[in-house]
Amino acid sequence: MDLQSQIIQYLATGLTLGSIYAMVGLGFTIIYNATGIINLAQGEFVMFGGLIMVFFTTTLGLPLFVSFFITLALTTAIGMIYELLFIRHPSKKKAPMMTLLIITVAVSIFFRGIAMFIWGKDPYSLPHFSSAKPIIIGGAAILPQVFWILGLSLLAVILMNLFFNRTITGKAMSACSVNRLAASLVGIDASKMVLLSFALSATLGALAGASITPIALMEYDRGPMLALKGFCAAVLGGLGFGTGAVVAGFLLGLIESFTTGFISSGFKDATALIILILVLFIKPSGIFGSADVGKIKKI
Amino acid sequence: MGKNNYLKLLVMAAVIAVVPLIVSGDYHLSILVFMGINCMVVVGLSLLMGYAGQISLGHAAFFGIGAYSTGVLTTHFGLSIYSAFVCGILFSSLVAVIIGIPALRLKGHYLAIATLGIGEIIYIIFNEMVDLTGGPSGLSNIPAFHIGGYPFTHSIQYYYLVWGTLWVILWFSLNLIHSRVGRALKAMHGSEVAASAMGINLSAYKIQVFVLSAVYASIAGSIYAHFVSFIAPNNFALMNSIMFILMGVVGGLHNIFGAIMGAALMTFLPEYLRVFKEFDILIYGAILLAILLFMPEGFLEGIPMLYRKYFKRGDA
Repeated sequence: MDLQSQIIQYLATGLTLGSIYAMVGLGFTIIYNATGIINLAQGEFVMFGGLIMVFFTTTLGLPLFVSFFITLALTTAIGMIYELLFIRHPSKKKAPMMTLLIITVAVSIFFRGIAMFIWGKDPYSLPHFSSAKPIIIGGAAILPQVFWILGLSLLAVILMNLFFNRTITGKAMSACSVNRLAASLVGIDASKMVLLSFALSATLGALAGASITPIALMEYDRGPMLALKGFCAAVLGGLGFGTGAVVAGFLLGLIESFTTGFISSGFKDATALIILILVLFIKPSGIFGSADVGKIKKI
Repeated sequence: MGKNNYLKLLVMAAVIAVVPLIVSGDYHLSILVFMGINCMVVVGLSLLMGYAGQISLGHAAFFGIGAYSTGVLTTHFGLSIYSAFVCGILFSSLVAVIIGIPALRLKGHYLAIATLGIGEIIYIIFNEMVDLTGGPSGLSNIPAFHIGGYPFTHSIQYYYLVWGTLWVILWFSLNLIHSRVGRALKAMHGSEVAASAMGINLSAYKIQVFVLSAVYASIAGSIYAHFVSFIAPNNFALMNSIMFILMGVVGGLHNIFGAIMGAALMTFLPEYLRVFKEFDILIYGAILLAILLFMPEGFLEGIPMLYRKYFKRGDA
């Protein structure tokens, strides 16, 4: 393979990885904005997305299209149950941030337990959304699924943007994230917004999970690594800044893919983390965040 | 440090001495050894998080640095165990200072993320420095601990080594908490602004307590390496850092004895949940969640509190 086709190949891989990180990072941001909680069980939404999809398509034999929407709905429901059972009560009692953070860790262990009980430890695969025959572009072979992943995540980002800027509910959510007290004074039900944020973020996770499973497989303990990367994206983009998380997610994916290709696969996770640490030490508000963003969003 | 704590330390010494008379069998003793090792790390975390209010999601890395320092220095370079121990402590303090100076300027979530990231980087380094650490397949044949040429071959010897060391660490930490430093740490936890207005040098204290907790973790790691004689990077990954914190939180991080009880419970629990086979993670997660939801202060204070709550309700 010549250099040009290599670059195209890495670019495609990077964008695919990146769109997943962007989804997870965006999910983090939505929950963080609504509650101030870093939800370390975010990766488990992706895992559930993949595995529930496997259950409906492979085990039950439903058509892809139908099971895709069932998967989104079920994972969203899981996100809502999660908030109602484990987050609502402690945050009402003003539990310290650290306790809430640890609760999300415990939830992620619990979710992994459930998934292992249902699906066991083996990785599962899914049929591709369309043909599995790679398309040749500039000497590089790219799977059609890559376009599905990119398209779906772009669509999700656009929809989220429209939701937060154009609809009354979305604006209410943004209002809550800026100042919860003021928002409830103008009649916004803040706890409903928190529930909604968990629902949205679970949907995003499920979308990512369902769309990567055909090429990346899925097993019960995939969550933590994905959560870590999404977390990096959210922080790099400036914690609490959705568009930043998406851009940073894509950047991370590209950096990872090119380090794997040109340097070494062992250090691909390290590069993302080293960038993260450097950004934190030099400019903790993220590459795209202004200093005030950090202050305003600190709920 | 108060009569109460001296009493607790005495009771603990007595329990440490008596337990091996009751518990027998290598399996149970080795669980006790692991328990003591976990307790050491968690005591450090309790000082750092419970008293000074600084979070660290990367302490398994210091545990790993201790383990790999003694492991690599004794197997590859033929250093004596004692000098390897000291090197491990020096090395992890050095790393803690280098990391701590920039990281501890960060607050809350950002500190959590930074320590998590650094922990993962160190984990990747353990994996990639194959020549020294053996990479993912691990480092084996680490010599057993010995005192004056007399090697430790039984779990019971390690039991006394671990719990003796833990007792000393505890004694030191309790003294520290009840000294000027400890009061400064608590003031810092309460309000950083108020503390610095009182003339407390925030960053100096933060670094000191961070280094101290790293040293505890490193000592624990070194003993661990000599006890199991085989270490692999997986023992020092993110999940382990989180486990240490969970141990502390479950028992109550703002009370050293609570943290120790938490570590003890969380070491025992997975061993006894093995009978449930595939259910074990599920039950483990459920127990954790229950403790966190109903006793957010940890069970050492949570159980009496719940008891009072329901006792009163039953009365009325």
